[in-house]
Amino acid sequence: MDKKKIYSLWFLVPATTIFAVFFIIPTLASLYFSLTVWNFDSSKFCGLDNFKMFFSENSLNIGIKNTLIYAVLTSGLKVILAFLIAVFLTSAIKTKHIIRSVVFFPNLISTIAIGITFAALLHPTKGIINSFLSIFGVGRIDWLGNVDIALFSIIGVDVWKGLSIATVIYIAGIQSIDKGYYEAAAIDGANGLNKLLHITLPLSRPSRNSVIILSFIGGIRSFDLIWAMTGGGPGFATDVLASIVYKQYAAGYYGLSTAGNVIMLVLIAILAFPLQKYLYSKETA
Amino acid sequence: MKKKKTTIIVGDIIGCAAALIIFVIPFLFMLMNSLKDRKEANQLNLSLPDNFLWSNYLEVIQTGNYQILTAFKNSGLITIGSVVVLIVTASMAGYIIQRRRDKVTGIVSVLIMVGLMIPPAILPTIWVLQKLHIYKSMFSIIMLEVALNTPFTVMLYRGFMSTIPIELEEAGYIDGCSKINMFTSIVFPLLKPVTATVIILNAVNIFNDFSNPLYFFPGKANSTVQLTLYNFMGQFSSSYNLLFADVIIIVVPMLILFLIFNKRIVDGMVAGAVKG
Repeated sequence: MDKKKIYSLWFLVPATTIFAVFFIIPTLASLYFSLTVWNFDSSKFCGLDNFKMFFSENSLNIGIKNTLIYAVLTSGLKVILAFLIAVFLTSAIKTKHIIRSVVFFPNLISTIAIGITFAALLHPTKGIINSFLSIFGVGRIDWLGNVDIALFSIIGVDVWKGLSIATVIYIAGIQSIDKGYYEAAAIDGANGLNKLLHITLPLSRPSRNSVIILSFIGGIRSFDLIWAMTGGGPGFATDVLASIVYKQYAAGYYGLSTAGNVIMLVLIAILAFPLQKYLYSKETA
Repeated sequence: MKKKKTTIIVGDIIGCAAALIIFVIPFLFMLMNSLKDRKEANQLNLSLPDNFLWSNYLEVIQTGNYQILTAFKNSGLITIGSVVVLIVTASMAGYIIQRRRDKVTGIVSVLIMVGLMIPPAILPTIWVLQKLHIYKSMFSIIMLEVALNTPFTVMLYRGFMSTIPIELEEAGYIDGCSKINMFTSIVFPLLKPVTATVIILNAVNIFNDFSNPLYFFPGKANSTVQLTLYNFMGQFSSSYNLLFADVIIIVVPMLILFLIFNKRIVDGMVAGAVKG
């Protein structure tokens, strides 16, 4: 059959047009506008000034550092914890379907609602988490008010929310492993730990790679949770690139805000793309 | 054998206990505090309310001249509008990209997949919307949600297309089916399972979206559900009972959706995520 005639390129036009007008054009325009001082009516070229400012100003470059910490830690923790939960939930236990649903549910809740709830749970004087810890003699911790801790508290909540999807991906990966491997190993006298380390761990690599990439990119782009929990504070302690983009926009520094967007794009281009390439090359090897 | 059974039961107990503490308590906390009076709720503990104040919900709904109802209407329209447009555009695109492998579809496919990773450029997008004179309109936020969810949705459709045998289309071709009929009456009905996934995932995503309405749909009359929730956080900072009543009102639709479509949602998430 005549493929060219049946599979007409006209079918691509609606999706491509919307995607080009509302995503590609703004993205390309951001490359130019990040080099200018502009508002929506006029722009003045200023070279790399915005980027110089971004890297020299402490209140701005902390955002780059925090974004990287956030992305690396959230994806690292999700990769490890979700694997353990998935192994547990693919074992012989009977209540696994109930637990699976429970673990999955946070994924459907809006991030803002989760931020509000955890800000209350982490309340320094009244919060449940501190009252619970005080049983063990741990003093009051100011989870979101302490400059050194706040970012890590939010990372913890992000992991809580994101574990669900990571676990579900792992479960799918582990379930698709050929049962024959386990049977063969059992005949050779392998115990549970052997099977876990030498069968499940290596053969769940494709799902692990998906989890790493998804959560790393999600980490670089994250905004909602931080904005709901601390708004970037105390001071600039939990500011990430996305929250700086918003703050600079609100303050009227449009060039600086756009530069923040471009830095996010560059981080993904120089970290996430090569990471993905590397992980997938290992997968096929 | 007996020993193994005990380990499994212990595993069940530990698993359920951990899931309860880590994942259920936060939701109980929301629910309990949404039913207390102000003084009681501000203690932020997990106890049962002294008396159940269902009136908190009414009070939240009435706040700001029934603002939350406007918000639900807006969020509903945005969600339905975007999902409908996405189904039409992305199913067509996924179909062609999978079936016709040439230079053009290759380029389109790479461009769309790059969109999976790169965050939207906020201010230049506002600039484009202003140039088109559609900034702050319902139309523009729907188009944006469509554009931003296109990569993911096209990917789902393309992946599912590859499981559909081409023979049906060949038979249709021999019978003289036009290219439009080929899609609408042969291919699209076969895409039903993935369309269901697309509807659920995008509906959840778009309904819960906070940052896009924040930037592209500002203004009091335009408020969406997530924006009202964020604003209430400032407004009700000293009355947690109302804040959590609001949280519950917004979470419940998702809970119902989840209880009905549990399996489909989970399967869909896996399909979407793994193929990425």
